Amino acid sequence: MRVKCLFIGFVIMLVSCKNNNSDYTGIPKKKTPKIVDYNFDVRPILSDKCFNCHGPDANKRSGDLRLDIEEGALKALKDNPNKHAIVKGKPDESEVYLRIMSKDSTIQMPPAESHLELTEYEIKIIKKWIKQGAEYQPHWAFIPPSKPTLPEVKNEFWVKNEIDYFTLDKIEGIGLEPNSVAEKERLLKRVSFDLTGLPPTIELQNQFINDSSEKAYENLIDTLLSRKQYGEKMAVHWLDVARYADSHGYQDDGPRTMWPWRDWVIHAFNKNYPYDKFIRLQLAGDLLPKKTIETVLATGFNRNHKITQEGGVIDEEYRVEYVTDRTNTFGKAFLGLTFECAKCHDHKYDPISQREYYQTFAFFDKVPEKGFFGAIQKGSLADPPFIQITDKMVKNQLPFINKKNSDDVRVMVMKDSADIRTTHILDRGVYDGKTEIVDFSLPKAILEFDTSKFDKNRLGLVEWLLDEENPLTSRVFVNRIWQEFFGKGIINTSGDFGMQGDLPSHSKLLDWLAVDFKENGWDIKRLIKQIVTSATYTQSTVVDSKKLEADPENIYLSRMNRMRLNAEMIRDHVLASSGLLNKEIGGPSVRPYQPDKLWSTASSSRGLLSRYVQDHGHKLYRRGLYTFIKRTVLPPVQTTFDAAARDQCEVKRHSTSTPLQALIMLNGPTVLESARVLSEKLNDDNSSLEEKIKKAFKRIVCREIRTEEMGILLNYYQVQKDLFKQEPENAEKFIEVGEHPIKKHRNVIEVASLMQIIHTLYNMEETIIKS
Amino acid sequence: MEKEFFEHRLNINRRHFLGKMAMGVGGAALGSLLIPNLFKGSGGASDKLPLGIKHFASKAKRIIMLTQNGAPSQLESFDYKPKLNEMFGQDLPDSIRQGQRLTGMTANQKHFPLVGSKFGFNQYGRSGTWVSDLFPNIAKITDDICVIKSMHTDAINHDPALTFLQTGAQQGNRPSMGSWLSYGLGSENKNLPAFCVLLSKGSGNGQGVYSKLWSNGFLDSTHQGIQLSASEDPILYLNNPKGMDKVQRKKMLDHLAELNNLGYAEFGDPEIHSKIQQYEMAFRMQTAVPEITDISKEPDHITKMYGPDSMIPGTYASNCLLARKLSESGVRFVQLYHQGWDQHNRLVTEMPKQAMDVDKASAALITDLKQRGLLDETLVIWGGEFGRTNYCQGKLTKENYGRDHHPRCFSIFMAGGGVKAGTSYGKTDEFGYNIVENPVHIHDLHATIMHLMGLDHEKLTYKYLGRRFRLTDVHGHVVKDILA
Repeated sequence: MRVKCLFIGFVIMLVSCKNNNSDYTGIPKKKTPKIVDYNFDVRPILSDKCFNCHGPDANKRSGDLRLDIEEGALKALKDNPNKHAIVKGKPDESEVYLRIMSKDSTIQMPPAESHLELTEYEIKIIKKWIKQGAEYQPHWAFIPPSKPTLPEVKNEFWVKNEIDYFTLDKIEGIGLEPNSVAEKERLLKRVSFDLTGLPPTIELQNQFINDSSEKAYENLIDTLLSRKQYGEKMAVHWLDVARYADSHGYQDDGPRTMWPWRDWVIHAFNKNYPYDKFIRLQLAGDLLPKKTIETVLATGFNRNHKITQEGGVIDEEYRVEYVTDRTNTFGKAFLGLTFECAKCHDHKYDPISQREYYQTFAFFDKVPEKGFFGAIQKGSLADPPFIQITDKMVKNQLPFINKKNSDDVRVMVMKDSADIRTTHILDRGVYDGKTEIVDFSLPKAILEFDTSKFDKNRLGLVEWLLDEENPLTSRVFVNRIWQEFFGKGIINTSGDFGMQGDLPSHSKLLDWLAVDFKENGWDIKRLIKQIVTSATYTQSTVVDSKKLEADPENIYLSRMNRMRLNAEMIRDHVLASSGLLNKEIGGPSVRPYQPDKLWSTASSSRGLLSRYVQDHGHKLYRRGLYTFIKRTVLPPVQTTFDAAARDQCEVKRHSTSTPLQALIMLNGPTVLESARVLSEKLNDDNSSLEEKIKKAFKRIVCREIRTEEMGILLNYYQVQKDLFKQEPENAEKFIEVGEHPIKKHRNVIEVASLMQIIHTLYNMEETIIKS
Repeated sequence: MEKEFFEHRLNINRRHFLGKMAMGVGGAALGSLLIPNLFKGSGGASDKLPLGIKHFASKAKRIIMLTQNGAPSQLESFDYKPKLNEMFGQDLPDSIRQGQRLTGMTANQKHFPLVGSKFGFNQYGRSGTWVSDLFPNIAKITDDICVIKSMHTDAINHDPALTFLQTGAQQGNRPSMGSWLSYGLGSENKNLPAFCVLLSKGSGNGQGVYSKLWSNGFLDSTHQGIQLSASEDPILYLNNPKGMDKVQRKKMLDHLAELNNLGYAEFGDPEIHSKIQQYEMAFRMQTAVPEITDISKEPDHITKMYGPDSMIPGTYASNCLLARKLSESGVRFVQLYHQGWDQHNRLVTEMPKQAMDVDKASAALITDLKQRGLLDETLVIWGGEFGRTNYCQGKLTKENYGRDHHPRCFSIFMAGGGVKAGTSYGKTDEFGYNIVENPVHIHDLHATIMHLMGLDHEKLTYKYLGRRFRLTDVHGHVVKDILA
């Protein structure tokens, strides 16, 4: 019966593939909405399929026709004044529709060479939209958000806070019901990793599980948010955004000392600096009327880009490259836009002209810096401009910097020399293609840069970002925080809020959160608390076939997403659960276990980083975020688990599953050493084997072990123990892993056998999952 | 049962190519099993052509790229310019330089004294291909290769130029060519990565390599190049820990699967099954990879052909031999880098050693593939990131000279995989400075390589942050004249 069913299923699939050539996703055919919405239904189609030639880029516009604005679409066609691209209400007189439908390859749109085609559904949408009057609207993301009223929902009982009204409204809309709250143990593991990047300790597990008060969860959240590890957890994402690394990044890849800036980021999150202050310091801390050494240090954000140390490069070529990097990072990190597309020509999709690109560029172009300060042999740890941090500064002003010795540390920072150079539009983006001079400004489609209101420097730039009318700043940040907790943002393309970006799955929720965030003083911890206390976040991850079928990607959040821990968390979990974790915060980055040859075979043999010199002692057990990042040879363990390349600003990581990850968990020294150390520790007490396994399970999987699981593990323990007994030298070798001192008087066979059980637990799927 | 039925459908949806495969659209490689999510999050539902399928029939199935890192001089290898010997010591005429930008290393030189090759040139094979005395073994296989003497690039320094050669862009974290092919065609071997990287160093002035060169960029990390070596641990953490043999490991995996299956029963998350498969595959790799990277079992006549270095792990010769084995086993893209070609000075002393490192093994690789009947389906590419100047950098003496970076022309060669063998393509002027016939830009090279692999470089796209990216950006023309 089963076979037959599968067979029929397969045949159905084949047939549906055949009939529906262009729709490989297999999602049931969408019905066109009653009222077609420009922003949500039409514009994504026009943008993706038409704007490349009929959009904002004036130089590449074909037939003088632009379809991104109403005026352009309605005017008479250049080559045939009797015809119009769009005639409101009349698809059959609109060239747009006629050309799409045409079979004549000389006039068909999009043309064959573009390799673009419209699906049947898309054609229907266009037709319906024209029929309904072809009404244009400004791009949703460029309209400042207003706080929507809460939708009415049926299941009020489920709702815990405002967020839930918006999600439940959608869930009920597709005829599903949300999940109830997750089991306490699982919820604790989830939120502990989400807020501190670490597993809950046994004490915390016991405390929370036994706390049956109504406030138990809220109290837990407050506790976790007040821990110092919160700042470390939050810093990881910001370091991706800021492309933080410990080396300069081009071919000859020497070290740099930006880590005091990283310590500041951790500090800023722990002090809960409001987002406006957080970005004001980073973007313009050097220009503040009341600047301090701390505010200047924060501007290291804009000096984290790569810097070349290759002899013979052309200085200006690289200086322009650095300013470009800052400009693109600004666009992506704070505005969620692909500014880089406007460097060489007007943006193809979004209203950012090439002129506006260089007007924005101007803010970052006044730094007294060189493209090439010195070759690798010079060994510069920080190219000017920089600040020199002394012990005295640390003592009096920068107590959060974990300075290890009395040597001064240099950190690259921002500085402006207003008259240092004029900024030009660069033809095709090439460094020596200087054309017209431009002044400071910002894309007006987002918000006019009114010079009577904003200073003409980076301070003005920040005030523009934080202006009441700026439609993007708050949305972009709120969306990324959401992404941190749900695995994907309310807008999935968290780096692209433009025309080509995805549409928000819950646009009203996004707006509500964005406005609420601003109204409450850009308070990051408050925002996070709202999210993690919502019913949406706290619900279980259990899924049934009905939900999988109706919403396979869980866009409507009728369940919580089951997510893998990120690269840093996996390391931290292994170290924390075994008791090896060194909880020191900040300081110079460290070099844990890694084969030496990885650096030496790739390097040119020049510079301080040509060989990997591994650290020893407690430095081996620092959290993942302190692992030394040499950009040209990234830490392999982290890269395998999808950590960012720190080459450029990244706002989102992938989450893949590969056999190489399995190899690291199975054979990597850190996991094995942790298993050994925990086994030694557990073997030290007089408890029964069952007790030991129970404890290990609770530390590693973060819940009570079930009878069935215990059965499997007890049985396996015996099997493994017998094998080790037969060949005790194997047991000896097996426990000889890692530099952590061995426990005296250990029973080799027992330590090795339990170690193997613990190692198996580290490899369980659930261990590195938030479920 | 309903669940299984549904999940089955879901799996098919995820790998939507399956339907197409069953209809026999292309006799193409199946998606890599090493890359279970190959088709997840790909170019978007509306992209017409499913991935894992060639756009058209082609001979080449696999690529071995022999990147000569640091930029070997074309003037001492394939581009014979006797005029430079005649004009020894005379200044490069302005009419030839045409104000072209120079690197910071020679921009301040007052004179640009021309210098010809210190090494002799001869014509070889039916094709009469010019090869210098530094490459006696490559000279013997000229009828199997196609030399392109009219390559040119945009960058003038190593990092951007090498990044450009590998990723199609000078800056930014774009996917490497091997990643694109892994993404486009998957792997032929389920126990090996689709894209493998092998590194070696020569004795000459070296320029480092960097993992960005084999990065997956915005593609899924399953497409990243995997660094391999013929060492005890050929892939990072491939070996079982000490004291843990294969039998014990298998027992662990069996118990692990039991535990994970309990998780599946509770959550119904298909990813749990995928995880179990990843572990099984890792286990299979543990056997498959060392079998391939173990070159000690190669017969004498083969190791002899590649030269004595081939028995020393980590050398170029050993990597060439390993490349053949990997390629033979179905690895889509094998990428070698050999450092040491940056002869700014002392070229006359350094370059012969560099050439000796690679000449015998490069030729052996092509011959070896040919003897096995694999050359037709394997595309071999040999070359650096740019060329070198026809004038001397630093002091010119009768005995020695150096050459600076020169992006305006350089030579590479290709063999097998549908390339027209026994030909030379493109021409530079008599000064070896500018191209006068059939220029081939890096983008054109990429377009041609993709074409030889059965892919249309304009169609293999990936939508990322609002834009459809290609290896060739918005450029590139297939060089039809060199297709067999």
